[in-house]
Amino acid sequence: MVPEIGQFALILALCLCIALTLMPLLGAYYGNKLLMHSGRSLAVGAFVFVSIAFFCLAYAFAHDDFSVKYVASNSNSLLPYYYKICAVWGGHEGSLLLWILMLSGWTLAVAVFSRSLPLDMQARVLGVLGFIAVGFLLFIIITSNPFDRLLPLAPQDGKDLNPLLQDPGFVIHPPFLYMGYVGFSVCFAFAIAALMAGRLDSAWARWSRPWATLAWGFLSIGIALGSWWAYYELGWGGWWFWDPVENASFMPWIVGTALLHSLAVTEKRSLFKSWTILLAIFTFSLSLLGTFLVRSGILTSVHAFANDPERGVFVLIFLLVIVGGSLTLFAFRAPVVKGSVGFNWLSREIFLLGNNVILTVVLITVLLGTLYPLIADALNWGKISVGPPYFNFFFLPLMGLLCLLMAFGPASNWKKTSAKQLVNMLWKPWVSSAVFALAFPWFYHDEYSIPAAIAVFIGSWIFTGLIADIAYRLRHSESVMAGVKKLSLSYYAMAIAHLGIAVTLIGVSLTSIYTIERDLRMQEHQTVDLNGYEFTLQSLKKVQGPNYTADEAYITVNYRGKPLNDMHPQKRRYKATGTSMTEVALDVGLFRDIYVAMGEPVSEDAWAMRVHVKPFVRWIWLGALMMAFGAFLSVTDKRYRKQKAIITESIEQPAPAMLKGKVLVND
Amino acid sequence: MHPVRKQRLLLVIFGVIFSSIAIGLIVYAMRANINLFYPPSKIAAGEAPKNRTIRGGGCVKPGSVVRAKDSLDISFILTDGTADVPVVFSGILPDLFAEGEAAVVNGMINDKGIFRAEQVLAKHDENYTPPEVAEGMKNGVNDQAVCKELSYGS
Repeated sequence: MVPEIGQFALILALCLCIALTLMPLLGAYYGNKLLMHSGRSLAVGAFVFVSIAFFCLAYAFAHDDFSVKYVASNSNSLLPYYYKICAVWGGHEGSLLLWILMLSGWTLAVAVFSRSLPLDMQARVLGVLGFIAVGFLLFIIITSNPFDRLLPLAPQDGKDLNPLLQDPGFVIHPPFLYMGYVGFSVCFAFAIAALMAGRLDSAWARWSRPWATLAWGFLSIGIALGSWWAYYELGWGGWWFWDPVENASFMPWIVGTALLHSLAVTEKRSLFKSWTILLAIFTFSLSLLGTFLVRSGILTSVHAFANDPERGVFVLIFLLVIVGGSLTLFAFRAPVVKGSVGFNWLSREIFLLGNNVILTVVLITVLLGTLYPLIADALNWGKISVGPPYFNFFFLPLMGLLCLLMAFGPASNWKKTSAKQLVNMLWKPWVSSAVFALAFPWFYHDEYSIPAAIAVFIGSWIFTGLIADIAYRLRHSESVMAGVKKLSLSYYAMAIAHLGIAVTLIGVSLTSIYTIERDLRMQEHQTVDLNGYEFTLQSLKKVQGPNYTADEAYITVNYRGKPLNDMHPQKRRYKATGTSMTEVALDVGLFRDIYVAMGEPVSEDAWAMRVHVKPFVRWIWLGALMMAFGAFLSVTDKRYRKQKAIITESIEQPAPAMLKGKVLVND
Repeated sequence: MHPVRKQRLLLVIFGVIFSSIAIGLIVYAMRANINLFYPPSKIAAGEAPKNRTIRGGGCVKPGSVVRAKDSLDISFILTDGTADVPVVFSGILPDLFAEGEAAVVNGMINDKGIFRAEQVLAKHDENYTPPEVAEGMKNGVNDQAVCKELSYGS
């Protein structure tokens, strides 16, 4: 009964979303207030029904209703209850439902938090979001219904959740990733709404900026979680493979980053308007492309899952409608808007433009590398794959350049900066970073590594550049404390996010350069040495888990004679599917991880083991967390709240609000 | 020439030069780093280049996986039902690697016709077969569970 309620709720949600597309948009077109006002309640309704559907599916999982096909193929009665609930997004149908839940959640958030927007803008934004929801609801109802039944012959037990997914990483990674993916739909809706209304002003940029920032923050966490999860779950110690599925999530992030910076220029200086709109369109299109790539099964990937090609066709058509439609609209409407203010060749605008150019080039190379195998296959040039060296060839130098330029951005002024000021301000950071970077590899490792010196230089250049910038901003304040309080929250947010980039950059570079990894044959009581780390396999034993049996090794680690943690890696064999999984043992540290994974048994008392010492690997994800924290912090900046307060006030008392508005413009 | 036109011309020239450099670099990087895929029958027929990184794939022949006693060397046979290719690999295989299942290998073919794999990829879930493996099969069965239906002969 419950699955049927879910099914029915989905259909009702579809009806509401069709209404949500048509009514507010028509209302905005004809200037009908009643229709425009309907958007908000329809958004609430759609959210309620999608949630009902989602909870029905979760209920079916929690109660082991194996007559539902999706539950039968993704769950098992032995599965722990928390994985049963998360198994909702363990397969295609359910993860699509999660997508839709997120989308209706974002739509609801727009309906709730954008009361201060002009009514027609509100209506258009909600209408566009409704249209996207219609597409996905049709997709799920027609091609991939999670509530399909297996009747009358329901299986006794389920096939179990894919063992790779039975992990805490699986609980949190997809929701965050989807929050980010789908969040960009809001920016997209704002862009389309602005094009429809022909109103591309800095107010529009101010409205979409917090949404873009929020989505970007979620996506950063989502990608980092995915990388962290792959690191310990796949059991080969890699954290990024330039795999098409990873690229699919990374491309919206790259354009999203460009979008954030371009939005800043549009908000503050009313420049780059058409470009910003285009970026908003591309960011969301790439999110859709990512969904298409992952869900269509046309890629060979370490993360690929079984798929149905028909579904790919549907997403592809939807993608074409969205991209084609929005670009056509763009072509008709965008040329009207033109920037009116000029800027000097040395100004913050130029640096932000540089950021956008570099990120666009990065995007194009990643996109080409990801799609080239598909194009070649379609044109019968043979089956090919593009390897990591291709991506690194472009990505590393371009990102290095971007990070070098990063310190100039905050330090320069809008409109015009004197070269002298920049030099005065930044020579000290430049020199001190150079000294530190040259010395670092010397002290860190026996063998001097030039790439490590470059990476450390760029990382500390970003850090010291920020400090110099803060010092410069505080030069007139009486005390440091007073000055520190005066700087805006969004400035700190920017600083933290930039610092996050530096931390990730150092993590990525130093891990790649200094990692020691060995595949070894280890016998009981045998000791192996890895640059001062001594690993001893003490014993092997069998362990019973709730739905698996495992071989467990007990390994002690000494560093230069001093004992460190004991490690207990496992090799699990899941009963329902008969598949085996590696459970990695980790000794986590800020400056190095020790990583032990069991390979396979070689003889009675010996196993093939994978042993890594990975310096600075935690920094990769720490940096991503800092970026996300910066993003969330910037959204709480009073600039956005004040604006809202003033506008709500202005409805009641117009005169004083005008005054306040003026003050705001002045500062 | 009118200064505005001159500026525009410069801009266009700059654009053309910049994009040709970019395209040149991309083509160069692609050439060096793309790996062509060959099914076992083509490798056995000698159609695949030797000593150059390529990608191969097929089903792991049951009974063909042999582990060395004192090292991590391993050898197995990949088949597409028509021809067999011997593969050697040193290291740890992915968890989902198994006899009678699909696998994709990256590496080079040496002069003896043995595929020396640097990387072995196995499927991620129960019914998944990499599309190129499924397509390269003998009777053109383009199915995701293709390795289960293949008859391995003797």
